[in-house]
Amino acid sequence: MLKLPIYLDNNATTPLDPRVLEAMMPYLTDVFGNAASRNHPFGWAAEEGVDYSREQIAKLINCDPKEIIFTSGATESDNLGIKGVFEMYSQKGNHIITATTEHKAVLDTCKHIEKLGGRVTYLPVNEQGLISLEELEAAMTPQTILVTIMYGNNETGTIQPIREIAKIAHSHGALFMTDATQAVGKIPVDVIADGIDIMAFTAHKMYGPKGVGALYVRRKNPRVKVTAQMDGGGHERGMRSGTLNVPGIVGLGKACELARLEMAADTARLSAMRDRLEKELTTLEESYINGSVEHRLPHVTNISFKYVEGEGLMMGVKDLAVSSGSACTSASLEPSYVLKALGLSDDLAHSSLRFGLSRFTTDEQIDYAIGHVKEAVTKLREMSPLWEMFKEGVDLSKIEWAEH
Amino acid sequence: MAYSDKVIDHYSNPRNVGTLDKSKKNVGTGLVGAPECGDVMRLQIEVDEATNTITDAKFKTFGCGSAIASSSLATEWLKGKTVDEALAIDNMEIVEELALPPVKIHCSVLAEDAIKSAISDYRVKNGLPALELAHH
Repeated sequence: MLKLPIYLDNNATTPLDPRVLEAMMPYLTDVFGNAASRNHPFGWAAEEGVDYSREQIAKLINCDPKEIIFTSGATESDNLGIKGVFEMYSQKGNHIITATTEHKAVLDTCKHIEKLGGRVTYLPVNEQGLISLEELEAAMTPQTILVTIMYGNNETGTIQPIREIAKIAHSHGALFMTDATQAVGKIPVDVIADGIDIMAFTAHKMYGPKGVGALYVRRKNPRVKVTAQMDGGGHERGMRSGTLNVPGIVGLGKACELARLEMAADTARLSAMRDRLEKELTTLEESYINGSVEHRLPHVTNISFKYVEGEGLMMGVKDLAVSSGSACTSASLEPSYVLKALGLSDDLAHSSLRFGLSRFTTDEQIDYAIGHVKEAVTKLREMSPLWEMFKEGVDLSKIEWAEH
Repeated sequence: MAYSDKVIDHYSNPRNVGTLDKSKKNVGTGLVGAPECGDVMRLQIEVDEATNTITDAKFKTFGCGSAIASSSLATEWLKGKTVDEALAIDNMEIVEELALPPVKIHCSVLAEDAIKSAISDYRVKNGLPALELAHH
């Protein structure tokens, strides 16, 4: 029996894998010590759990366990990476390069850097959501200390050419950072092969708990340091003070281990389901896939159903938990800045739905989702004046709309 | 954000979805909003010229659930009203009836605009001056 509603918003967060919870449980009960307590067995047991997690993470992303700085999540990691580099390398320069489609955790941090006197270049993207390597090259200056470009986009799943970007950054003596929140655990991420110096990621996008993330900070070739943004006991090699969230960290480690062991199988299954969902839904007239179809995460699709408003559509697919690029609830009425950066017109951005699949998504759920979305789109189009005009051959761009 | 039961009811069972013949002299059409704002309402009224009473009203709306509900409710209210009574409908009455939250008040404003715009169109067709429409 199919249980409703069906959760297809796994880019927002994923459910906790029961095996992760099982690994965490002892650290929520008996093994409660402070990992920084070096003088008794309670502390040692906690530290052991933390150290093991570092090893599990290191194996997934091909780094040294010592290069992992635990944080409260990807937002903190993004903040620490960008602000930490800006402070630490202020002697060298004050210029940072990023892209317009980054997560707010990066964009708003960059805005903050600008207030502090830094200079930030926001690279545009093409219709697939990819930055131009030529534009990146042209934006590099002797003052550029950091290039920070996300690995896979949260709204569209588009994967940037990370290795090429890293090469360009390094050839100009800048560091390369990536917000890999949606990528780590989903696709192979190898900090050595990819040339990543700093990387932000989090547990709750890969079946781990909320409230714990990490920042990878390279220790050699080159040795990278970031200035702490939280002062205190000097934990995490002095880069992030605060008592470690031991159960969360153990959960992040376990989630990474499972991701490493099951990635190939998960990817094959999820991309097949995603492709089926996408193929079926795009049989609807005037439906468009947003972002790159070639370079993207295996579990995501973002589709615009023209002439239907996204929020109204979400209400129509009440048995599905998805998200929309429409933001009718915000005071500004502005649709997704990510979709707009791809060159989508506002009305297409307003008409989008994002589907994010997970390890726990089933074929039966996808079947239901296909039928449910098709039905809702059809019903709403019958109610849509724009659809009627389109069908009558009216050119909507020629109408003088009364902006409100 | 949770929708009120009345919004859900109008969204799930919209009243008076459809199209009236806009070439008829006694049909007034209002088209308000813009696709790029995520809301477009088209509201039409058919008027019995002898009594100045609205005999039929239809809508089509591109928008969120609250926008659809606001226009559906508006058509319900319009039927049977005289044109002057229809002009007196205030958006806050729609807000109250549908229990719209503050972020959705613009949906009710749009519905009021659609009513006035449809009436204005009817007036112009019948040789009366257009209404001064407030632009929100």
